[in-house]
Amino acid sequence: MATDFPPFTLHVRSISAFRGYRRLYDDVSFALRSGEAIELRGPNGAGKTTLLRILAGLTQPASGEIAFDLGGSLADMGSHAHFLGHLDAVKAGESAAAQARFWAQYFDAPLSAADAALSRVGLEKRQNVPGRGLSAGQKRRLALARLVMAPRPVWLLDEPFASLDIQGRELVLDLVEAHRAAGGAAIVALHGEGLPNAQTLDVSSPSVGNVEPA
Amino acid sequence: MISTFANPHRFMSVSKPAIPILFAAAALLIGVGVYQGLFVAPADYRQGDAARIMFVHVPAAWVCMAAYASMAAASFSSLVWRHNLADLAAKSAAPAGAAFTLICLATGSLWGKPIWNTWWEWDARMTSVLVLFFLYLGYMAIWRAYETPQTAARAAAILCLVGAINLPIIKFSVDWWSTLHQPASVLRADGPSMPASYLTPLLTVALGYLALFLAATLTGMRAEVYARRAEIMMQRRVAAEG
Amino acid sequence: MSDAFRPVRAVFMRELSLAWSGGGGAALPLGFFAGAAMLTPLALGPAPELLRAAGPGVLFIALSLSSLLPMERLFQADLEDGTLETLASSDVGLESVALAKVFAHWTATGLPLALLSPVLWLMLQGSEAALGYVLLASVIAGLAFFAIGAIGAALAAGVRRGGLLIALIALPLYAPAMIFSASAVYAAADGRSPVASLMLAGASAMAALAISPFASAAALRTALD
Repeated sequence: MATDFPPFTLHVRSISAFRGYRRLYDDVSFALRSGEAIELRGPNGAGKTTLLRILAGLTQPASGEIAFDLGGSLADMGSHAHFLGHLDAVKAGESAAAQARFWAQYFDAPLSAADAALSRVGLEKRQNVPGRGLSAGQKRRLALARLVMAPRPVWLLDEPFASLDIQGRELVLDLVEAHRAAGGAAIVALHGEGLPNAQTLDVSSPSVGNVEPA
Repeated sequence: MISTFANPHRFMSVSKPAIPILFAAAALLIGVGVYQGLFVAPADYRQGDAARIMFVHVPAAWVCMAAYASMAAASFSSLVWRHNLADLAAKSAAPAGAAFTLICLATGSLWGKPIWNTWWEWDARMTSVLVLFFLYLGYMAIWRAYETPQTAARAAAILCLVGAINLPIIKFSVDWWSTLHQPASVLRADGPSMPASYLTPLLTVALGYLALFLAATLTGMRAEVYARRAEIMMQRRVAAEG
Repeated sequence: MSDAFRPVRAVFMRELSLAWSGGGGAALPLGFFAGAAMLTPLALGPAPELLRAAGPGVLFIALSLSSLLPMERLFQADLEDGTLETLASSDVGLESVALAKVFAHWTATGLPLALLSPVLWLMLQGSEAALGYVLLASVIAGLAFFAIGAIGAALAAGVRRGGLLIALIALPLYAPAMIFSASAVYAAADGRSPVASLMLAGASAMAALAISPFASAAALRTALD
């Protein structure tokens, strides 16, 4: 985790989004800089996942603007952010190591990074087990390995604690800490206990538009 | 929100009086054109009275192709400019266009019986129209397959454009196939050298069909706008209660 | 190969190994193809001249339907397990991913189908002189069928039980490739030159391969939204 990123700022201005014909929010604005983290809060259906998918470039916002300033020039979020959604993208018929190596190649990272990432998330003893032999928590760890193997400045994590045990939660917190220490930033949708030293953004509050310090 | 509903409001107020006018024009034009074709125009010197079916057949072929072209144009504007009404226009035009395609195929089949003594001849034009009919079916199936209308609209628009790009290729290949397998078609009644006594009723019926197509499409669009408003009210109510 | 192709190569190799691994089912279309060809003489009768006349047509119909079989899961599996959204968050582009997947599945299933084609051709009393052209036409037609099928697969990826929808979308678009590849084989069997038909079949396949990645990627982005 020694990789340092050039200093960056993610500017999010006046994002509005709909689910079906219902408006979720019409003015989400914030800025995220190197080393920072934002917790997304709000009840089920408030639009936390939608906001993360918009930031990842998977969903188009109804209006608003996202500008990612990386080291002084505008960059594309899709290839500079890791999005970890509810789905783990684990194939049943392929070993953990093969899947990690595939993603390393796809993200253009060295193959050794895939093996190192598997050890980092605690799967080194399970690396020859095919996806169908992994528990829900182990699949989640395999998904987390993707974040580690190819350094990207922004992490977009949607309920990363889902199906993880206590050690797994510790692992996520450690990974986010190390990522921030290396100059990265994270936006994390959460229920329950939060991240240390993170700002909070409640997407269900009528006054979304300002990030309040935690 | 205002920009989303400004156009549908204007559309609803303009289309309401337009629909009865279009239906009346369709009835008049089709009635006059068919009467001229069946009773006024002279019988074809080779095919006799059987050729009169072309006055319902040939305009249907024109309109079913024009309908697909208009759907492709609407799909393009829906994909590029995200125009809400364009989706609804393409969606509503599809059943009407498919109906004209079916009219074209059915009347072609009826025409074939006295001329070729068979209900279906794999003539190049008829085969191309049959392929077009399947493109219409696929387009309508996509709209039905998706549960969220926004996703359905974009998937259907992509398919419509893929079909539009492929239609000339299909047309060319079917023509090539047809010349390979059989002598030139007997159905050559339409052409630039046609006498005015044929051309006038043909064009009159074509205009009537066009008016009918537009009336049916606008009626469908109005129904879609009402359905969408009902859906919005339902979702708002659920959101307010929840 | 330059390093810029490394991610796309990775997609290709992974799809190939997944298709050939236990759950991939790459061999099933081969069984379908052979089974459909076996039923032909049972329906038409074993008379060699009748089989010779109907054989090429039946062979390409069976090939086109067999090519549809791998399509239902081509993108749907990746959409359901989250692979597609992870693939999308990269500057590789879903167009390249879609093309790599089409080629991988064609290599896993389409190529074996094309290799089986001459065998079935002989069983349907086709002439030995046309064998090479049967193989070539099956390769070309298969590429077109897979490329067009992928458009249907992408459009139906978010739909439950999308298999029939794919067939309804793809079959009319199969017309050019079907016409030219089958007519090439008929020409070769009659002792005429199949070159013109083969070139037109190749042009149809090229057009399909040119359109397919863009239409598929647009459809997949819609499915992810």
